[in-house]
Amino acid sequence: MTAPLLEVDNLATHFFTRAGVVKAVDGVSFRLSKGEVMGLVGESGSGKSVTGFSLLGLVDPPGRIASGAVRFEGQDLVSMRPSQLRRLRGKRIAMVFQDPATTLNPVITIGEQMRMALEAHGVTGEQATRARSVAVLTRVGIPDAARRLGAYPHEFSGGMRQRVAIAIALLHDPALLIADEPTTALDVSIQAQILAEMKALVADLGMALIWISHDLATVSSLADKIAVMYAGRIVEAGPTAAVLRNPRHPYTRGLLDSLPARAEPGRDLVQIPGSTPSLLSLPPGCAFAPRCPRADAACQVMPELVTERLRQHRCHHPLGLEVAT
Amino acid sequence: MTDAFLNIENVSRRFAPRVSFGDRIAARLGQKVDTRITHAVDGVSLSVAKGEALGLVGESGCGKSTLGRVVAGILAPSSGATSVAGEPVMSGGRKTTTRVQMIFQDPFASLDPRMQVGDTIAEGPLAHGLTTKAQARDYVGKWLTTVGLDPAFAARYPHQFSGGQRQRIAIARALAMQPDMLVCDEPVASLDVSIQAQIINLFLKLRRELNLTMLFISHDLGVVRHLCDRVAIMYLGRIVELGETQAVYAAPQHPYTQALLDSVPKLVLDDGVTTSFKPIAGELPSPLSPPAGCHFHLRCPLAAERCREERPLLREVGAARLSACHFAPFAPA
Amino acid sequence: MKPASPIARFWAEFRESRVALAALAVVVLMIGVALLAPLVAPQDPYDLANLVLMDARRPPGFVGSGGYTHILGTDAQGRDLFSAILYGLRISLEMGLIAGSCAFVIGVSLGLGAAYVGGRWEAFIMRVIDLQLAFPAILLALVLSALLGQGKAQFITALTAAQYAYFARTAHGAAAAERGKDYIEAALSTPLPGWQVVFRHILPNCLPPLIVIATVQVANAIALEATLSFLGVGLPVTEPSLGMLISNGFQYMLSGRYWISIYPGIALIVLIVAINLVGDQIRDQVNPRLKR
Repeated sequence: MTAPLLEVDNLATHFFTRAGVVKAVDGVSFRLSKGEVMGLVGESGSGKSVTGFSLLGLVDPPGRIASGAVRFEGQDLVSMRPSQLRRLRGKRIAMVFQDPATTLNPVITIGEQMRMALEAHGVTGEQATRARSVAVLTRVGIPDAARRLGAYPHEFSGGMRQRVAIAIALLHDPALLIADEPTTALDVSIQAQILAEMKALVADLGMALIWISHDLATVSSLADKIAVMYAGRIVEAGPTAAVLRNPRHPYTRGLLDSLPARAEPGRDLVQIPGSTPSLLSLPPGCAFAPRCPRADAACQVMPELVTERLRQHRCHHPLGLEVAT
Repeated sequence: MTDAFLNIENVSRRFAPRVSFGDRIAARLGQKVDTRITHAVDGVSLSVAKGEALGLVGESGCGKSTLGRVVAGILAPSSGATSVAGEPVMSGGRKTTTRVQMIFQDPFASLDPRMQVGDTIAEGPLAHGLTTKAQARDYVGKWLTTVGLDPAFAARYPHQFSGGQRQRIAIARALAMQPDMLVCDEPVASLDVSIQAQIINLFLKLRRELNLTMLFISHDLGVVRHLCDRVAIMYLGRIVELGETQAVYAAPQHPYTQALLDSVPKLVLDDGVTTSFKPIAGELPSPLSPPAGCHFHLRCPLAAERCREERPLLREVGAARLSACHFAPFAPA
Repeated sequence: MKPASPIARFWAEFRESRVALAALAVVVLMIGVALLAPLVAPQDPYDLANLVLMDARRPPGFVGSGGYTHILGTDAQGRDLFSAILYGLRISLEMGLIAGSCAFVIGVSLGLGAAYVGGRWEAFIMRVIDLQLAFPAILLALVLSALLGQGKAQFITALTAAQYAYFARTAHGAAAAERGKDYIEAALSTPLPGWQVVFRHILPNCLPPLIVIATVQVANAIALEATLSFLGVGLPVTEPSLGMLISNGFQYMLSGRYWISIYPGIALIVLIVAINLVGDQIRDQVNPRLKR
């Protein structure tokens, strides 16, 4: 395997609030190669979005990266000066958010916004910027792109706005795209269109993609590998199909069993009891232990990340390995 | 349906744009002012039997929430009427029954933030004489227990609860009115996956124990399949397909239903399988100016000349099965 | 553990701002001494028997014939200014609070009613209020005081009429926003009686912006009262408010007897600034955009 595009090593992002230190991300490590798609899965408060923001150095106070390293194309992003990071951001690494309104300025035409985004990273000239803008808009499936350059964000539908946001992210052919729940707010039919576009984009452009989502189904149809987060840590990671077919961590198992699509209609779903813990008062050991059917005294100690070939898990009592013990 | 419990008869709900005083002057002066009327719900008839759960599925803007609000008595229909057990839901523009209660999508918005949840739950029953001031405490406790919460929570405020707990409180508030029927508008859409399962299980339990009739509004086909006996598919204000859930999912009788089912991402468990999405072409047209004829014809792979001109009526295309497609019934694939 | 009730949380946050806390202390102190004026003041400045003309227009620190120090000096009639200010504060606060409360009740009822009823009535009421807001409050109060004549009740009527529109506008805006929320829809679908929806759900949730307006409007009412009294169309001479004290001393300003006007003026400014600081803090706390 070639050297990874992105190496995240023991990343910790903490928020220093009045109520205490919120360890939103606490010791997250993963690698991503060129052209690879990773699904980062978790529920609200799991730290999946903060992980995405941390990679780009976009964590706002009172939050900051407390420790760890993020190496991207051989450079460490954590120790990088903000000005250097800005040169990278939007050019080599781009991000798409759940709400395209975060990226799009409502009072500027999209053509103008794309021109500014291009000029910020040295692409200048009326002809060049226009041609590039039309090209990426067409690429993400916006019909009649040349004419639509003069339109304002509100003149697009929700799905089209998200496409425009994706197009802006693609302007500089980034090596890595981080997408934070980009289809959650969209209707299923529009989501399906965007997922299809995303798949084609990754295949054609050789871009690496981190797809942050709470939806196992979209991740399973898109990602080569998956990382499941719970309370700021990755509890399980590995090739998507293998993890979902045969989860090691009881939390992953629980998430899968919670899906109505996998149950017999009308039957009670296998539910995970309780609710996600407050990041302010995490138990000393495994954070999932209070909700876990397999938990025992051993779980009072934080389990180490165990690696078995391509897969990793962080559990004292992993599933699917009983034969060995 | 012979023993219809909920009857929705030819209900339409139109929204006129708010024309301000300034706009009216502008219109006088020859300015173009948008006064087009939105047909959010366009001549919908449905009936639900006692104890049955009907799913109402569609994408945003299809009118499913508006229809739900008409059934729950929050919005008066522009024409048509709804009744529960022969009793009209509204009369004279006011809700006159307590038999139908509603549960909303966002449990962070549906509870009054300045009221203890016990008071929120007790308020309706007190106003309608279902309990007394002296017994309210026990009454509230009973319903909190029913939805799986500690009765001691009654003295807390909404902000002290998680999303899942708030949704349980909202359900307790609805149940405390001792309704026969619940209108649930996307009640699990804003919850985390693991919490979703808990609330779905709660609905299953409530149906079993209280024999509740339910109108379950959702965009999530998986949740509807799990909870509902029958399903109605809505597109731009009209029902396009109606039937037993299993049958509809197995063999859709409308191209839109088929397209929706194809759009749902499925859990892929095989290595290296490249799932191909079959997305519906195009976008939902504006409900302000829906296409003539069949509303779906612009995006439909089967659209023909007839679909552009003639509105297809919802008609029987099989056993307990209705479809509003000129070409239905379709042979099972 | 976070405090439970919204009021307790509000207070916990309020306490964090030292400036606001100090301002609140000033307001409370001023209300306190105004209420207790007969006990605190060294002299009843309006009991003519107490007045000694020989003591008139004495500077601060003068020990008068009463045997006590006039710490703020005396006015043209020989009144102890400190005592006069305390009594004046009393009348100013009384006017401000009564007029503010009347305006609050009338304005909020109109605003909430309009928002709840909707339709033509809403449009009519709000247009009338908009029309009134086009005129400066001081002009309206001036015209009304002149028309109604002097007297406490007349004056309160004029102040109320000049101010209720601000409450109506704010209440209407807040209520219209609340009306569309799910918890109001939930109340309507129960169904709860209309009055219960308005008073138990809409009103409590509209209170934060209304309290902000109320503090500012009480300060405005006090200022308005002082202005009108200064101009001589306000309260009758038998009710000497701070404005009238300033007015009375004004003619002596140029003759070097600054204290007769300046000290009541300072009291007025301190009161209005303190009320506004409290109002600012409340506004910051209820504005969700400034929430951390």
